[in-house]
Amino acid sequence: MRDGIVTNVVFAGLGGQGVLKASDILSEAAFIAGFDVKKSEIHGMSQRGGSVTSDVRYGPRVYSPMVPAGKSDFLVALDSMQVAPARHFLKEDGILIVPELLLKEEQNLDDLETDPPTPITKRGLNVALLGFLSVCLDLPESCWRAALRNNLPPKTHAVNDAVFDFGRAAGMARSPLRP
Amino acid sequence: MNEDRKLLSGNEAVALASRDAGIALAAAYPGTPSTEIMEEIATLGGPSQWSPNEKVAYEVALGAAFGGARAMVAMKHVGLNVAADPLFTSTYTGVSGSLLVVSCDDPGMASSQNEQDNRRYAVAAGIPMLEPSDSQEAYDFTLLAVEISERWRLPVMLRMTTRVCHSKTVLRPRGKMPPPPAAHFVRDIPGRVMIPAFARPAHRRLRAKLAEILAWNESEGPQEEIRGDSSLGIVSSGVAYVHAREAAPEASFLKLGMTYPLPIDRIRAFVQSVERCVVIEENDPYLVDAFRAAGLNVEGKAEMYRFGELNVGRVRRILAGDCSPEFVPPPGKPPQLCAGCPHRTALSVLYRLGCIIAGDIGCYTLAALPPIEAMDTCVCMGASIGLGLGLRHVLPDEEARRVVSVIGDSTFVHSGITGLVEMIYNPPKTGHVVLILDNGTTAMTGLQEHPGTGRTLRHESTGRLVAEDLARALGIRRVHVIDPVAEMAAFRRLMEDTLSSGELAVVIARKPCKLAEGRIQAIQDPAQPCGGEGSACHA
Repeated sequence: MRDGIVTNVVFAGLGGQGVLKASDILSEAAFIAGFDVKKSEIHGMSQRGGSVTSDVRYGPRVYSPMVPAGKSDFLVALDSMQVAPARHFLKEDGILIVPELLLKEEQNLDDLETDPPTPITKRGLNVALLGFLSVCLDLPESCWRAALRNNLPPKTHAVNDAVFDFGRAAGMARSPLRP
Repeated sequence: MNEDRKLLSGNEAVALASRDAGIALAAAYPGTPSTEIMEEIATLGGPSQWSPNEKVAYEVALGAAFGGARAMVAMKHVGLNVAADPLFTSTYTGVSGSLLVVSCDDPGMASSQNEQDNRRYAVAAGIPMLEPSDSQEAYDFTLLAVEISERWRLPVMLRMTTRVCHSKTVLRPRGKMPPPPAAHFVRDIPGRVMIPAFARPAHRRLRAKLAEILAWNESEGPQEEIRGDSSLGIVSSGVAYVHAREAAPEASFLKLGMTYPLPIDRIRAFVQSVERCVVIEENDPYLVDAFRAAGLNVEGKAEMYRFGELNVGRVRRILAGDCSPEFVPPPGKPPQLCAGCPHRTALSVLYRLGCIIAGDIGCYTLAALPPIEAMDTCVCMGASIGLGLGLRHVLPDEEARRVVSVIGDSTFVHSGITGLVEMIYNPPKTGHVVLILDNGTTAMTGLQEHPGTGRTLRHESTGRLVAEDLARALGIRRVHVIDPVAEMAAFRRLMEDTLSSGELAVVIARKPCKLAEGRIQAIQDPAQPCGGEGSACHA
């Protein structure tokens, strides 16, 4: 499919936002679907609130674990301020997925904490954005659900499933922003 | 179909292989990017431990290997500097069982003070070296290293890099190795006691073993040749290989799995089989220099690519001879000390006192950056104390009295104790102050235990090093323990007093790391569950 045969996704955000967890879930979903998968990240400093990126690549055969500049099909930014440092990874017609895509038009991000109909909090942004991403990718939904269960604590499964559904609904309702 | 496939990081792959190889003892000091190896071994139920530093970890593992066991020691690249002393002579003594030395280099310095290339150590110490390029090879080469080590009774080095350690890729386990004979001691004084009379023949034995291993590597070593277009041949190893495969899929490849001793005849045959041969390697020109010394006609990379990691784009540039300036993305947000971190308070006080701060390695090194800017030196583990003393010795008195050595609790255990001994043995005439920032954990690498916490890698209670008792035992009269946050004003007065006292002082600023607090409580009171999802709990 994209870029010939390998699908490339770059996640960007700040330490503590769940960037690495999001990339773990996507890479496991692709793994369960039977693809060759490589996932790369730089951690060590990630707990200290600095910029964090993580690359996921899957397809029949993946070589480098790092998404080359200008080759990412998707850039998933958990914080809109982190788009700029990672934008060069995105290919020209690549798709940018940011938290604002989850909002209704009259909402702002702080409403995610307070608006009762919204099942997500800021801490659940990673799972909600994965839900959004999931409608753009060719991975079976069952693989996503299994990956979510394998990477998140059992007591949070129900709420995370709801958050994921919320992201999927937003993904189906919206045409993703083009950069 | 997933039953025998796993998606693992390189570090997890090494841990899994160490279980399948029947490693009986694995020791390390935490250090990015190597830390997860020991933690994953523990998760798999294996025998891993934190040691005070890499030298001790190496010696413990070597002792186990002298006893006939399969042993392993892991460390980040600079850790091998600390362990270099036993390394260089352990290749002379060899081992009775096997010894695997895992060195995790950090090209590009994601979390390190330098980007030294530890392939140089393999040559300098005469230790065979394997370089995996992904998790499958990290697994396979761990098993292979144990086999080679047992066959030639020689330590073997597995040289990883950050991208191999921390990237997850798919692997299939091979199954368990047959167990070694039971551990037992065989007396071998000429083989294990390296006095000159015994070391001279031991050096010859080492060179003879390396010659045998070279012959094996030439004919059976873990090299892989991919025949493509003969107009371009690429010789590569480690993660650079997968970047190169992607950058030039049409080329012919010789991928080297064992890069010391180098199978130079095999390489020569490959070089001669292609019209143009380019060596793609990260860090130093280790391979290309060796090939050229052997008279091979190969191209290397321009000097600009020696700095930082390689990637697919950079490999394309190397192949094209492109030395134009590289794209620099906008800077991201730098890491910072956490909100409420006790280091913030302690170091801000020192800054306001106008201290000259000989710093050390840990989270507190982040205080060198704005807005705190309270660190004047950072060189290596434990250097704060020696550097501070050196400054005290030569600076004019009024400057010397402002010098303070600042070191974390885990770093103090690692390499600070001998500095304290130096302080009482060669005291500066203005005295000196060592400030130990004791947050009760090895925070920077992800909250590992150390001897000062009194808990093992598995968080079980054990003997505890008490820094204030140690300082008092050394005869230091001014030893103070204080909470720098709750008693900030008193902490400030204490620092002023000790800095101007003209005496030797050790101040321990004890306040748990914000990230570790909850977990420490949970360990001490198991009825209370720690943090939960999204918290800093790594348990």
